[in-house]
Amino acid sequence: MGIGELPYDVAHVLGGAMLLVSFVLLYQRRVASLVNALALQGALLAMAAVWQGYVQGAPQLYVTGLIALVAKGVLIPIFLRRMMRKLAPGHHTEPASNIGLSMIGGALLVALAILVVLPVTTGAKALAREDLAVALSIILLGLLMMLMRRSALAQIAGLMTMENGLVLAAIGVAGMPLVIELSTAGLVLVAAVIAGLFARVMHERFDSLDTDMLDPHRGEGR
Amino acid sequence: MSLAAALVLLPLLAAVLLALLPDRASRLNIVASGATLLLAILLVLTEPGGDGLLRADALNMPLVLIAAIVGFGTAIFSEQDVAYEMFDRRRARFYHAGFQGFMAAHFLALLSDNLGVMWVAIEAGTLACVLMVALHRTPAAIEAAWKFFILCGVGIALALFGIIVLALAAQPLLGHGEQLSFLALRAVAARADPGLLNLAFIFLLVGFGTKAGLVPLHSWLPDAHAEGPTPIAAVLSGLLLNGAMLGILRGKAIVGTNPAVISPGSFLIVLGFITLLLAAFSLWRRRDAKRLFGWSSIEHMGIVAVAFGIGGVPGHMAGLLHLWGHSLVKSAAFFAIGRAARMKGGQGIESIAGLTTTHPALGWGLALAMAALAGLPPFSLFASEVLLAMETGRERPWLLPLLILGLLVAGTALLHAMQRLCFGLPTPEPIPARSGLATLLPLWVNLLLAAILALAMPEPLARMLLEAARLLA
Repeated sequence: MGIGELPYDVAHVLGGAMLLVSFVLLYQRRVASLVNALALQGALLAMAAVWQGYVQGAPQLYVTGLIALVAKGVLIPIFLRRMMRKLAPGHHTEPASNIGLSMIGGALLVALAILVVLPVTTGAKALAREDLAVALSIILLGLLMMLMRRSALAQIAGLMTMENGLVLAAIGVAGMPLVIELSTAGLVLVAAVIAGLFARVMHERFDSLDTDMLDPHRGEGR
Repeated sequence: MSLAAALVLLPLLAAVLLALLPDRASRLNIVASGATLLLAILLVLTEPGGDGLLRADALNMPLVLIAAIVGFGTAIFSEQDVAYEMFDRRRARFYHAGFQGFMAAHFLALLSDNLGVMWVAIEAGTLACVLMVALHRTPAAIEAAWKFFILCGVGIALALFGIIVLALAAQPLLGHGEQLSFLALRAVAARADPGLLNLAFIFLLVGFGTKAGLVPLHSWLPDAHAEGPTPIAAVLSGLLLNGAMLGILRGKAIVGTNPAVISPGSFLIVLGFITLLLAAFSLWRRRDAKRLFGWSSIEHMGIVAVAFGIGGVPGHMAGLLHLWGHSLVKSAAFFAIGRAARMKGGQGIESIAGLTTTHPALGWGLALAMAALAGLPPFSLFASEVLLAMETGRERPWLLPLLILGLLVAGTALLHAMQRLCFGLPTPEPIPARSGLATLLPLWVNLLLAAILALAMPEPLARMLLEAARLLA
């Protein structure tokens, strides 16, 4: 399988599109657009899962795709948007640190992922290895997002992106057992983080969702 | 139903019952933990084996036993401690159900042969712990829980990537459904692609290392220990860290069978030493007693990582013995300091002093636990540290000065804190109270067991220690 063959091209386009959305997430300040981008990435992941299910002849991947579409493409974005509108009205933009720096950092991380994955996977099938490089890039970009942006919503978005990258890696490994279980468990993690944010906003009535607010409570009160 | 399955299902059933029943939660909690301990003893006495999802081997059986002992002690301790928490009914139910849920997840993580199932269990255990750390609902507790959650979320995500890469490496060699089995992976890893194995191990180490409190993603640990209820701190240090370490060990055992990989031991040594030294110096600056013990857990995980990194049969024996001893002694220390903080009305080191004068049994118990953590005889931590130092001197002598420096700095910091907490003029107590059997019993039993591990280890355990070390080396 190589360039110019349909299974390869479609998987590549879907993975690449997810990677592009990761870059959008990295710089997007508007809350609504951030949530939209997350939904788009979830939907792309669902398509990638279904496509892999078709190529590998693995029907369980259709289930993974369906779960991703319903939860990440529809339910979580709707919930996030409602929550933000109800609990933090007037909270339209998120603080983002230097956009140029994030972009350069992101590009470097993608280069790193490709440099790390491609040489070590010469034995594996081409589809698997390039998928793995894209998935690792998405995971690292999620990590970068959690590092660069302090707001709780952006941290959730970063964790969700990492989780999307993980599922993309898992569906790319032909015959990987427990894909449904692992992707569901990952989803539970994301849902729990969102519930945690929800509980925090509800109970503590913080004026802002900025995690900087909590810093005075950190460590031993230095 | 196999014993291993019963060991996972019993706490799970107890969690469901505790969530449903309104009253007598702490009693039921003790009964369930006691029954679990009986099952764990039975499991250790039977032959290792089992097929399919759960498999008891020399590596995980002693950890299961220690987990059940610490769990039982914690259940007894928490009957007394939770009374001070002023939980309303709903929260008390939630707390006990969460505790048993965590125990079930931990046993599943230890016993699972399938790395995917192990990962799911570790995640479930993390979720249970986060909820219990946040239980106080103070801003500091929420901050600690959030940090715990985000850092460990990132950590376990990275570990899952490592597991996926392992499955990818095994894909050409193993049939469908077997790609995540520890046993199957270990059998074929020698023929797998070394590049992929390297990549997988790095992610497993960083991912599970986050949960084990290894630098650089260790900062959740002291906060989670200090802000949550004390019984949770005892199981976090006593159990959760062991589960994460076992994940790293399983990864090392798989990857290490391939001669072409970069030696996984060297990564462990580097991370272990950074962790050990950073924690040793940080111990000197602590003003909060529970944070002090949290940092001490980081230090001990550093020692364990160094021991596994040095490797060989003696190195792995030292590491495993250190894990066992640390669980017993650290949970004992948390029982004592938790009770002392209740009586003195604060967990700052300056608000607790002279415990041996006012509460001899509690004070001397804490003093002995801290001496054990500092690496003094006659406890098993002393034995494992000596074994480690000897093996380091033989295998990599140039590392010995660093190891001794770390052990000395950390040990003296703990002894210094011990002097302030246990001796000197007693600080006033807002509400004079007795230490209570619910604290003293688990405290002294754990100390006794840690001493027995060093002086007269039961023959089956000694055999398993040797066998596990051979399996890993």
